[in-house]
Amino acid sequence: MAAMTADEISAIENRHPQIFQRPAYKRFWPLLLVAGTVLYLGYALWFFSLPQVLRESHWERLPLFLSQWISYDLQPEFRLDQPEITPKYPRFSALGENPDPDWVIKNPDGTHTVQIDGDAKSVTFDKTKATITANGVTVPIALTGSKPVVTGPVPDWVTVHDDEIVAKLGFAGEVRVTVDRVKIRKRFLGWANFVFDTRSPFFGKPYGEVISLIVSGPELKPGTSNLALAADNFWNNAQWQHGDVWTKLLQTIVMAFLGTLLGGIVAFPLAFFAARNITPSGVLSQVLKRFFDFMRSVDMLIWALFFTRAFGPGPLAGSAAIFFTEIGTLGKTYSEALENIDDKPREGVLSTGANEILVQRYGVLPEVVPVFISQTLYQWESNTRGATIIGAVGAGGIGLKLWEAMRTNSNWANVFYMVLLTLLVVFIFDNISNVLRRRLSRTLHDYNRLQAERG
Amino acid sequence: MTLSTTIHSDATRQQADAWRRQTSLRRFYTALGVGLLLVAMFATMWFADEANAGHFFDRLPHILDFLSWLVPKDWNDVWRALFDIASPGDKGTQEFNFPLGRVYIWGGFYIPEYFELMLTTVNVALVSTFIGFVFAVPFSFIAARNLTPSPILRLVVKRFMELLRAFPEIVIAGLFAAIVSIGPVAAIIAIGLHSIGALGKLFYEINENIDMRPEEGLRAVGANWFERVRFADLPQVLPNFMSYTLLRIEINVRISTIMGAVGGGGIGEELKLAISRGFGAKTLALVLLLFVTIILVDQFSAWLRRKLVGEQAFLMSA
Repeated sequence: MAAMTADEISAIENRHPQIFQRPAYKRFWPLLLVAGTVLYLGYALWFFSLPQVLRESHWERLPLFLSQWISYDLQPEFRLDQPEITPKYPRFSALGENPDPDWVIKNPDGTHTVQIDGDAKSVTFDKTKATITANGVTVPIALTGSKPVVTGPVPDWVTVHDDEIVAKLGFAGEVRVTVDRVKIRKRFLGWANFVFDTRSPFFGKPYGEVISLIVSGPELKPGTSNLALAADNFWNNAQWQHGDVWTKLLQTIVMAFLGTLLGGIVAFPLAFFAARNITPSGVLSQVLKRFFDFMRSVDMLIWALFFTRAFGPGPLAGSAAIFFTEIGTLGKTYSEALENIDDKPREGVLSTGANEILVQRYGVLPEVVPVFISQTLYQWESNTRGATIIGAVGAGGIGLKLWEAMRTNSNWANVFYMVLLTLLVVFIFDNISNVLRRRLSRTLHDYNRLQAERG
Repeated sequence: MTLSTTIHSDATRQQADAWRRQTSLRRFYTALGVGLLLVAMFATMWFADEANAGHFFDRLPHILDFLSWLVPKDWNDVWRALFDIASPGDKGTQEFNFPLGRVYIWGGFYIPEYFELMLTTVNVALVSTFIGFVFAVPFSFIAARNLTPSPILRLVVKRFMELLRAFPEIVIAGLFAAIVSIGPVAAIIAIGLHSIGALGKLFYEINENIDMRPEEGLRAVGANWFERVRFADLPQVLPNFMSYTLLRIEINVRISTIMGAVGGGGIGEELKLAISRGFGAKTLALVLLLFVTIILVDQFSAWLRRKLVGEQAFLMSA
């Protein structure tokens, strides 16, 4: 392709003035928009004092919290000032009443060895000295003086405090040594006691044994079948609270379902009176439309707070909040759908002498029902997500439980369990709603195609 | 409707019978569906009532008592609460300590507390929508079937956005509250991450519906991926992107209010306090402010969307 001459270029410019000579504001508005955004972001940086917040934040906690989502730890403590060294576990530790883990070894020479990650990361100690082995290095610690002393070089994963020596062994855990005790944190991947908690008679038994007990074992608790006992132990698992979590989850689902359904039922007749082409009175239409706007604009939060105060915390308050918001949202979308219908079927039915109700039934409904249902399903889907947050302000359901579990910052595994269940529920309901809506839109599509073929 | 026609032949009769059978079957299914829905509705109503702290019919007669605290003794207190003007009813209690919240800007000039809180909530919504937009645009180009050659990359980005969308916001907010301290920044991160997923999905669906001829033209003159996206795709989709982003701002203002109520700062927190303690004047002032703000944001966004993409914006948003 030959290069264009200056004449040719200017000829093109003259031919298309609307492209090459646009007014200044049109040429510069993207630039203005970008500049405005940058200015606003600078303001927001100052408004939220972001540099300070980021400086004072604890990002090192993030990997710790995230690792706690999928792991648990055990923290045995060995008192060295007692006559005999025995491990002590915190109350309610995941090992139950009589812990005897195989990673705490009593050696023949009287020392104890705790394997934190096999033999590669372990600590061996008696009353006079402790030896930490990790990363291929052995660190001996003398415990005879008034404070623990590392004899030899100190690797960078060991921190020497005034009266305590801390060895961080990464994900596997850590060892804290003082002259009178050795404290160990050993971290395990997975969720502890997910099925049966430590009080259950099934605790600590391998799955095969549990199954054979349930199928043909002697009754562990007289008068109750083993199956019922196992189900009860699972449902009331003190650590994971399966029963409570699932009930709360069901409450969230119910809130979204009930709120959306009732909203739809109330909005349905109102929408006919709000649609300008159907309503007998223009004033009524305006009043109803403003009413829908009001219900929508008074936020779901405000409704939730009001109903929580009126009915007390629980799914009733949440359902009522969603119900009131949905009257507005669905009323608006329904009446808009009604205003967009084709008027010819109505006129046809009217011309047969049918009364007002029959006209709506046979002239309007067939056209709008698929749209109505599709919109309602869409709202149901989005309310299932929304019900989780609404719950956190006291409107019941899994939201409140999630928020309470998070406030203590200690039970992240439970939080993750609930999050997984919530994700599962959202996923299932999204898919149900999607399948139903796709079927509906196919009906609509067929209808439109038939209409088009008829001309 | 009954069909009363004179039946002339066997063929017509057969047709009419088939039609009747079909209709009655259809009616049966409709009735069954409606019946099941009603059963589900009453069952869930019962369940919700059982699980609630107070029961519906026990509490219903008291609804009006509950509303009685809402009505302030002096209606002027609503304005005083809104603009932080001292109330004659002030006896040192939290209910009427209006001037305490003043945020002094310069000398005696102050912003009333509730306006400041409302500003925080709106700013949280704006910043998180911005975060959502900035990340959703590149993600949406990668996730669009017609623009990305690699199906694996597309799948990864799509799943990632789905996860962001479905992940409960309060969990993200709670996690970051422990890291960056409780307050608006944690709310921004939570709503921002959610917005990436929500906008990204809408954006890539727009991308998949573009006219591909400009793209082919650019490919023919040897443009690379970035040039094709910039000059063929972006001009087509930008108005729609903007329209959805504005819609997202409306939603995010609502979410950031709720986030406030669970510790995310802003007006939600104050509203929760006022309602739970039964401060009538304060509650009315806050509800009024929130109501007006939401209507203003909605109207502004609707006006701008109409300018950007015309009536089309309202068909999609419905």
